[in-house]
Amino acid sequence: MHPAPSLILFTTLSGLGFGLLAWLGIDLSPPEGGTAFAWLALAYALCLSGLAASALHLKRRERALKAFSQWRTSWLSREAWAALATLLLGGGYGLSLLLGYPLLPLGWLTTLAALGTVLCTAMIYAQLKSVPRWHHRSTPALFFAYALTGGALLYGQRWPALLLLALTAALQCWVWIDGDRRFARSGTTLASATGLGPQGSPRELFPPHTGSNYLLREMVFVVARRHAVKLRVLAGLLAFVLPAALLLATAISYFNFICLALHVAGVFLSRWLFFAEAEHVVGLYYGR
Amino acid sequence: MTDLPSHTERQLGLVIDLDTCVGCHACVVACKGWNTQSQPSPLSDQDAHGAAPSGTFLNRVHAYEVMPQAGPAQLVHFPKSCLHCADAPCVTVCPTGASFKRAEDGIVLVNEADCIGCGLCAWACPYGAREMDMAEGVMKKCTLCVDRIYNETLPEQDREPACVRTCPAGARHFGDLSDPESEVSLLVEARGGMDLMPEQGTRPANKYLPPRPRDAWQGEVDVLAPWLEPVAEEPRGLLGWIDRTLARL
Repeated sequence: MHPAPSLILFTTLSGLGFGLLAWLGIDLSPPEGGTAFAWLALAYALCLSGLAASALHLKRRERALKAFSQWRTSWLSREAWAALATLLLGGGYGLSLLLGYPLLPLGWLTTLAALGTVLCTAMIYAQLKSVPRWHHRSTPALFFAYALTGGALLYGQRWPALLLLALTAALQCWVWIDGDRRFARSGTTLASATGLGPQGSPRELFPPHTGSNYLLREMVFVVARRHAVKLRVLAGLLAFVLPAALLLATAISYFNFICLALHVAGVFLSRWLFFAEAEHVVGLYYGR
Repeated sequence: MTDLPSHTERQLGLVIDLDTCVGCHACVVACKGWNTQSQPSPLSDQDAHGAAPSGTFLNRVHAYEVMPQAGPAQLVHFPKSCLHCADAPCVTVCPTGASFKRAEDGIVLVNEADCIGCGLCAWACPYGAREMDMAEGVMKKCTLCVDRIYNETLPEQDREPACVRTCPAGARHFGDLSDPESEVSLLVEARGGMDLMPEQGTRPANKYLPPRPRDAWQGEVDVLAPWLEPVAEEPRGLLGWIDRTLARL
C-alpha cells in the first residue's frame, strides 16, 4: 500500500496522544492546576494534529463531517465518534483536575475511550481482507502496544515504559515475521483471482494499459520491499532498543525526552513499513 | 446507510465469456465514452497526451497466459469491472454512506455528493474495481449503466450496459443472476460460470465463463502428408552421374 505521509503522521501522533490520555486517566494521583493543563494541552495537541493530518488524506475535506454518519458498519466512522468522545471526556476530566476536584471515574472513562479510539484506528486496517498482512488480530494488538508504550514514555512512567518497550518489541518482531507469510496463507493467488487455475498455471502476459493508474499508485507499492530488512532493524533500534537502553542507563528525567524522540522516530519508520510492506491482492491482477 | 441489504429483489450483473473475448478493448472505450458523459462528473484523465498518461476507467481488460499441464499455452483476455458483490466489502467500510447497494436490483453505486474521497472503499475491494477520480476527488465505479438499463428514452436494444451493447464478440451478457431461469443464469449453469477470488467471501454477482478446453492433435491428422513425400530419394540421370563422380573425388 502507498505509505501516505498523512496516514503515517495521523496514526503515529494520534496514537501517542491517545496513549498519553490513557495513562493520564488511570493516574491515581493525577496532576493538578497548571501541570494538569499542560498535560492535557499536550495530549490534545497530539490527538488533534493527528486527526488534522488524517483529514489531509481526504480529497473532499469540506464533506468530512459526513464521516460521522455510518457508525453502524464503518470503523472509520466509529473512529470519528470515539475520538470525539475521548476528547470530550478528557476535557471534562481535565477541567476537574484544573479546579482541584479530580473525578477519578471520569479519568477511567477517558482511558477506556482513548483505547477504544486506538482500537477503531487499528480496525480500519485489520478489517481489510484484501490486505492479508493487516487482516489479523495482531494489528489492533500492535496499535494498542505502540500507543501505551509511547504514552508511558511521554508520561514518564519508567518501569511500565520499560516493560511495554520489551513487550511491544517482541510483538512487533513476531508481526514482521508472521506478516511475511500471511499473503500465502490467505490462499489468494492469480489462479483464484482469475479463476483460471483449473486450466493451468496463469501468468500476466501484458497489462491492460501502458501507463500507471490509481490502483497501481495506491495499492501496488513495491519500492519498499527491497530494503525491508534494513529498515526493520533500524526501526527496532530506534523504537525499542535505544530508548530502553537510555532508560536503564540513567534515571535522570530529562533523558526521557531523548528516549521519547528516538521512540517516535522508530514508530514513524515502523508505520511507514506497516503501509509500504502491506500487499493488496489486486496486485495479483497486475502480476505483482 | 452503508448496511448491506439483507435481500435484493433482483441481482443484476454481467456474465463474461473468457472463451469468446478477443481482447479488443471496445468495452473499455464504450464504458469510458458513456460514463464520462452520463455521470455527475466526467471520468477525468491526467496528462492524457503527455509522457505519463493516467486516467479513471471503470472497466479494464487484462491478458493472461495459461500454461496447461500438457499442450501449448493459451492466451486469455480478461475484462474486469465491478462485480456487484452480495457481500460488498467496499460498501460497509464507507464512513459517509456514499457507497450503497440497492435493494431493488443489487447494483453497487456511489453517491458522489456524499463521497469524501478517503479511498477506503478502493482499499477494501479485492478486485480493484474502484478508482479515485483525481480531478473530482471522488470515487468512481461501474454503475452497470444504471442510466441506460431503465432509460425509456433509449431504443429497447440499447437498454443494457454500454460494454455489453458494444461487445463485437458477444462475450458479455447482462441480466438478473438471482433468477435461475434467466438467460444469464442458464448460461452460467451450462458453462460452469465461476466467481473470482471466492476465498475473499465477497459473493460476487458477476460470473466468468472459463475458456473451453482446446482441441489437441490425435493420431495422424495430416491426410496429405503421404502424397507430399519426396518422389526420388537418390538423384538419377545426369545429376546422379555428377553426384557419383563428385563423391569419388
